[in-house]
Amino acid sequence: MSESAVIKPYLRLSGLESLVVRPESNFINIGERTNVTGSKKFARLVRENKYEEALSIARQQVENGAQMLDVNMDDAMLDGVTAMTTFLNLVQSEPDIAKIPIMIDSSKFAIIEAGLKCVQGKCIVNSISMKEGEEKFIREAEICKMFGAAVVVMAFDEKGQADTKERKIQICRKAYQILTEKVGYPPQDIIFDPNIFAIATGIEEHNNYAVDFIEATREIKRLMPLAKVSGGVSNVSFSFRGNDHVREAMHAVFLYHAIKAGLDMGIVNAGQLIVYDEIEPQLRQLCEDVVLNRNNDNNEATEKLIVFAETVKAKGKEVVKDDAWRKGTVEERLSYSLVNGITDFIDMDTEDARLKYPRPLDVIEGPLMDGMNVVGDLFGSGKMFLPQVVKSARVMKKSVAILTPYIEAEKTEVTDAPIILTATVKGDVHDIGKNIVGVVLGCNGYQVKDMGVMVPTDKLLDEAERCGAAMVGVSGLITPSLDEMVHVAHEMKRRGMTIPLLIGGATTSRIHTAVKIAPQYDNGVIHVADASKSVTVAGSLLNEKKEKFLEDIKTEYQKVRTDFENKKPVKKYISYEEAQANKVQINWEAYNTPAPTFTGTRTFENYDLNEIRQFIDWKPYFIAWELHGSFPQILTDETVGVEATKLYNDANALLDKVIAEKGLTAHGAIGFWPANAVASDTIRVKNGTAEIHLEYLRQQIKKAPGQPNLSLADFIAPVSTGIEDYIGAFTVTIEGIEKYIKKFEAEYDDYNKISIQALCDRLVESFAECLHQRVRKEFWGFAKDENLTKEDLIKERYQGIRPAPGYPACPDHLEKHKLFKLLGGKNTTHINLTDSLAMYPASSVCGWYFSHPRSQYFGIGKIKEDQFEDYVQRSRLTEEQLRLWLRPVLND
Amino acid sequence: MKHIREALEQRILIIDGAMGTMIQQHQLTEAAFRGERFKNWALDVKGNNDLLSITQPQIITEIHKQYLNAGADIIETNTFSSTAIAQADYKMESLAHELNVAAVQCAREAVRQSGKEAWIAGAIGPLNKTLSLSPDVNNPGYRAVTFDQVVAAYYEQVSGLTEGGVDILLIETIFDTLNAKAAIYAIKKFYHDHPEMPQAEIMISGTITDASGRTLSGQTLEGFYVSVMHANPLSIGLNCALGAKEMRSHIEELSQIASCYVSAYPNAGLPNAMGEYDETPHETAHFLEEWAEKGFVNIVGGCCGTTPEHIKHIADSVRKLKPRPLPELEKGLI
Repeated sequence: MSESAVIKPYLRLSGLESLVVRPESNFINIGERTNVTGSKKFARLVRENKYEEALSIARQQVENGAQMLDVNMDDAMLDGVTAMTTFLNLVQSEPDIAKIPIMIDSSKFAIIEAGLKCVQGKCIVNSISMKEGEEKFIREAEICKMFGAAVVVMAFDEKGQADTKERKIQICRKAYQILTEKVGYPPQDIIFDPNIFAIATGIEEHNNYAVDFIEATREIKRLMPLAKVSGGVSNVSFSFRGNDHVREAMHAVFLYHAIKAGLDMGIVNAGQLIVYDEIEPQLRQLCEDVVLNRNNDNNEATEKLIVFAETVKAKGKEVVKDDAWRKGTVEERLSYSLVNGITDFIDMDTEDARLKYPRPLDVIEGPLMDGMNVVGDLFGSGKMFLPQVVKSARVMKKSVAILTPYIEAEKTEVTDAPIILTATVKGDVHDIGKNIVGVVLGCNGYQVKDMGVMVPTDKLLDEAERCGAAMVGVSGLITPSLDEMVHVAHEMKRRGMTIPLLIGGATTSRIHTAVKIAPQYDNGVIHVADASKSVTVAGSLLNEKKEKFLEDIKTEYQKVRTDFENKKPVKKYISYEEAQANKVQINWEAYNTPAPTFTGTRTFENYDLNEIRQFIDWKPYFIAWELHGSFPQILTDETVGVEATKLYNDANALLDKVIAEKGLTAHGAIGFWPANAVASDTIRVKNGTAEIHLEYLRQQIKKAPGQPNLSLADFIAPVSTGIEDYIGAFTVTIEGIEKYIKKFEAEYDDYNKISIQALCDRLVESFAECLHQRVRKEFWGFAKDENLTKEDLIKERYQGIRPAPGYPACPDHLEKHKLFKLLGGKNTTHINLTDSLAMYPASSVCGWYFSHPRSQYFGIGKIKEDQFEDYVQRSRLTEEQLRLWLRPVLND
Repeated sequence: MKHIREALEQRILIIDGAMGTMIQQHQLTEAAFRGERFKNWALDVKGNNDLLSITQPQIITEIHKQYLNAGADIIETNTFSSTAIAQADYKMESLAHELNVAAVQCAREAVRQSGKEAWIAGAIGPLNKTLSLSPDVNNPGYRAVTFDQVVAAYYEQVSGLTEGGVDILLIETIFDTLNAKAAIYAIKKFYHDHPEMPQAEIMISGTITDASGRTLSGQTLEGFYVSVMHANPLSIGLNCALGAKEMRSHIEELSQIASCYVSAYPNAGLPNAMGEYDETPHETAHFLEEWAEKGFVNIVGGCCGTTPEHIKHIADSVRKLKPRPLPELEKGLI
C-alpha cells in the first residue's frame, strides 16, 4: 500500500458524479435537446417560462443515456444570461440530471460566464476561439481556467472557420500552443471542435467536409495526444432535415469512422443513436459513399442518397422511455413520483386518488404519507440524498395544493380549531419536515400557524401567548438546534406556561428529548418522530386523555434517562497485565522523597472561617444559582451582572453574620504515614506498628505510544527501591448548618436556605484548599517557596494532588473506611460515615495527599474483568459487594 | 523556515484541532465578546468566535499555543466566519478584513512565543449561504446569494489573510462545492491582481455529510475532487461531520485518486444524543494511526470536539510512521 499510485492525465469532468474520459471510453455522447437552436420544443418552453417541462427534456436525455448535457440559450428572443442562469439553477436541484456534467454552450461569452457561476461540477465550455483575435481568446481561456472548466476550441480564427483538413490542424495546433504555454491550460482539458459541416448539399465543395473532419481529427490526436476532439454531429446531415431515418443512418456511419479516427465525444440526440450494424445494408452503403466522399464524382453518391431518401417514409420514432410505472395502481404511481421527484403526472394522479378515496384527506394520510415514508427510509439508509428529498417534498406540496381546496370545502368551523404554533428554532433554516408536519396537521383540522425559520425563542413564545396556541412545535436539523430547544423549554417554564411542547426534526431524538429537554419543563415535552406521528400526538393532547398521555410519556422518558446513563461506549482495552507493565516510569533513585514534619494525625478544631473564606472559588456558587461565567467578570456582565452582584453581596453579608455569631464551625484533620508501593496497585501504610494496605485501580484503556496507564500507586516509591516514602490524608467539615436551614424554612425563605447550603459547600472546599496549601508549604513542606495566586490554586497549578475515594482516580468508596481509620475516626474528624459511605455533615470533604511532582488527577475509566478479579483478591471483600460499589467502572 | 513541501516529503504533518470547542471552555460572556471596543454594539455578539481575534486576542493566541505545544505543525487561524457574508448576522460586515488580519497576528504571535517551526493556515469557511441549493423548497431555482457576491466576500478575506501573512489558504468544511469554487476563483483573482505577492499554498478540505457518502450539495467524493483540482492544491482532504470511523473509507478512496497530498481531520466521533463529542484522545488516535500505517494520509488532525489532548495523542501516534508518497503523474495516456 505504501508504493505510490499512478495517475494518468485523463480528462476528468463532473456533475454530482465524475466522468473520466479514458482511451477505452470509446465515445461520450452529449445530449443536444436542451439547446434552443436545435430543439424548437425546448426553445418554446424556455420562451414561455415553462422551465419544469424544459427540465423534463433534460431528464429524457439522461434517461436515454446522455453522459453530458449541452445547454444552449442563444436565441434572439431570449435574455440568454437570465435563461442560462434560471435553467442551470433548476438543473442543480434535479439530482437525476445534475449527476452528469454540463456543457455550457454559447457564442456569447457573457452567457458562458453566467452558466459557469451556477454549476458546482467541472463543466466544458463550448466554445472559445481565435475568431476575434488572440487577446480575447487568451482572456476568455483564463476565465474558464479560474472556474476549472475544460474548454472546446473551435477551429476558427480571424480569417474564418477552418474548412480544409490543413487549416483545421493548423489552427488547432496554434490554439494548443497558446493555451498550454501562455495560459497554462492542462492539455487534457483542451477539446477541439474542428467543425462538422453539412455534406451532400449538392455543392461539390461540400462533399469532402466529413473526410476533412475525420482526417483532421486523426492528425490532431496524433500531434496532441492528450487533447480531445468533439463535434456537433447532426450538422453533417443537415441537408436531409425532415428525414430522420436517413439522418440517423448518416450519423451512425459518420460516427463509426470519426470515432475510429479519434473523435472522443459529440453532441447528439441521445434518444436517436442507432447502431451502425443495424442499418439496412443498402442505406448504409449509400451513407458510406457520401460520408467518405467515394463514388461521388459529379455528386453521384449524393444523388443516389437523395433518391433513396425519397423512397423511405420518415418513420417517426417513438421515444423509448421506461414508463412501465405509469401502468401501476394510483398508489404505486404516487409513490414512484414522490421517490423520483417527478411532478409531470402529479396533477393527474392526485385527481385519480381523490376520486378513489372517500375523503381528500385520506389521500394525504394514505398514499402520500406512505410514499414519503419510503423517501424517509431511503434517505435514512443512504440511498437517497438531500437534494432528492427536497424534490420529493416539492412533489408532495404540489399534490397537497391540489387537494387543499377540497379539504377546505369539507371543513365547517375552521376558526374554532385549536391553534398549533410551529417554528424552526433560532440559528436553523431547515424546515422541510416541519412544513410536512404543518400540512398533515392542517389537513386534520388543526389551525397551524407557522412562524418560519430562525425564530428567536422570545418571539415564538410571545406569539404562543398572544394567539392562545394549544401547543408549540419546534423543529431543527443541525446539532446546535438541540441546545436551542432546551432553551425554549427552559423559557416556557420561566414564563409559567402550561401548554405542551412538541420536538421534531432530523437531529432530535427521543433520547435527547428525554434527557435534556423534558427535565426543563413540566407541562409536557413530547418528541414527535415524524409527521405521521404528529396527528396522534396532537389528538391525544387535546382530548380528555391528555393527563394520562402526559403521565405515560413522563414514565417512558424517565426510563430512557435511566437507560441512557447506564449506556457504555465501545472502547479499546488492554489486559490488566499489559496495563501494569505500562505504569508511570519514575526514576526514584534520582528523587529525594520529602519527609513530613510529623507522622500520625493532627487536628484543627474550630478553624478560623475568616482565613478559609479567602480561598473561596466563587464560580461554582454562581453556577449553583444557574448564572454561568467567570468570576469576577460575571459581576459586570451585561445581562446577569446586576443579579450576580446582588447575589455576591448577599452571600458575603450572610457570611459576615454567620461568622460574627459563630454559627458555623470548621474542623479539619490531617495525617502523614510512611508508605511504599508493595505491588503494582497496592500501597502499604505503616501506622505505628499496624499496617494498612490501600488498594487502587489502574487505567486499562489502550494508550498512545509513550503514554502510561495511570494508577495512584505509581506516585509512591515501590518497596523494592528501598526508599522511605510517605502518603497523607485529610478530612474537613463545616458544622452547624441545620439551625439555619430550620430557621429559613420556618420563614419560608428559600433564597437564604439555598444560599447557606451553597455557601457551606464553598467553605468546605476552600478549607480543603487552605489546608492543602499549608500541607505543601508547612506540614509536609515539599513546596516551601510556593507562591500561587488564587487563580493558580483553582487551576490546580501546585505540586501534588488530593484525590478523594469515590472520585475518578480512585473510584472505590469503600477505601474511605481506611482513610477514616488512619485519621482517628469520628473523634478527630467530626464526621460520621454512613452505611452508604456518605459523610455527615453534608459539607465534608476527604482525600489522600500525594506529593510527587509527577502525581496528577485523572480518571480510571472502565476496567476489565481481569483487573476486577485481581481487585477482589486484594481487597478481601466479597465479589457481590465490590461489584455493587464498582459498578460505574465495570465494563459490561 | 523549511518549505512545507519539503517537510511533507519527510513526515506526516499535524494540523490543529477544534477552535470552537476550546473557546467554549472559556465560557465567555457577552461582555467578554464585546470587549471595550464593541461595548455599545447594537446586536448581541456572543457566539461570534471570530470577533475574539480582536477583542480577546490573548485567548486565541493561548489556544494556538496549546495546539502547538501538543504537536501541531499547522495551525488554523480563527477566521472560519470572517467574511462579510457570514459576519452580516452580527452586522459586522465592515470588520471582515480586519478580523482576518487580527486572527493571523494571533497565530503568528503563538508561533513566535512557542519557538516552534509551524505553518499558519488561513481558514476559509463555507459561509452560511450556499450557491447550489435553494433555501425555498417551492422555488428550487432561487439562490440566496450570487456567485459574484461570494467571490467578493472571499476576495476580501483572502486579502486580509495574505496581508497578515499566512503560509497556506485552507478552504475547509466544504459542503457546497460551488462555494469552494468561488473561493478558488477569489484566490486566483487576488493573485492575478497582486502579482507582487508571494503565493500561499492552497489546501482544500471537503465534508461528506451522511451515509450516502456525498457532500451536502450531492456530489460524490470523486465528483468533488474533480471539481476543485484546478486550484492546484497542496493537499485535498476531508474534515468535519464524520468521526474517523465513518470517514475511513472516504479517505482511503481519496488516497487512491488524489494527485496531491491527502489531509484528514475528522470530528471526535459522531455527536452523541446530547450533541456532544465523547470520543477520547486515545480512540481518535487509534483510528488515525491505522490510516497512517496504511499510507492513506500526509496531514492529520482533528475537527469538532477535538482538543490539544487529542492532537497530542494523534501526533504521538503517527510521529514515526511514513507519509503517503505522492502518486506518479504519467505524461501519456497508455
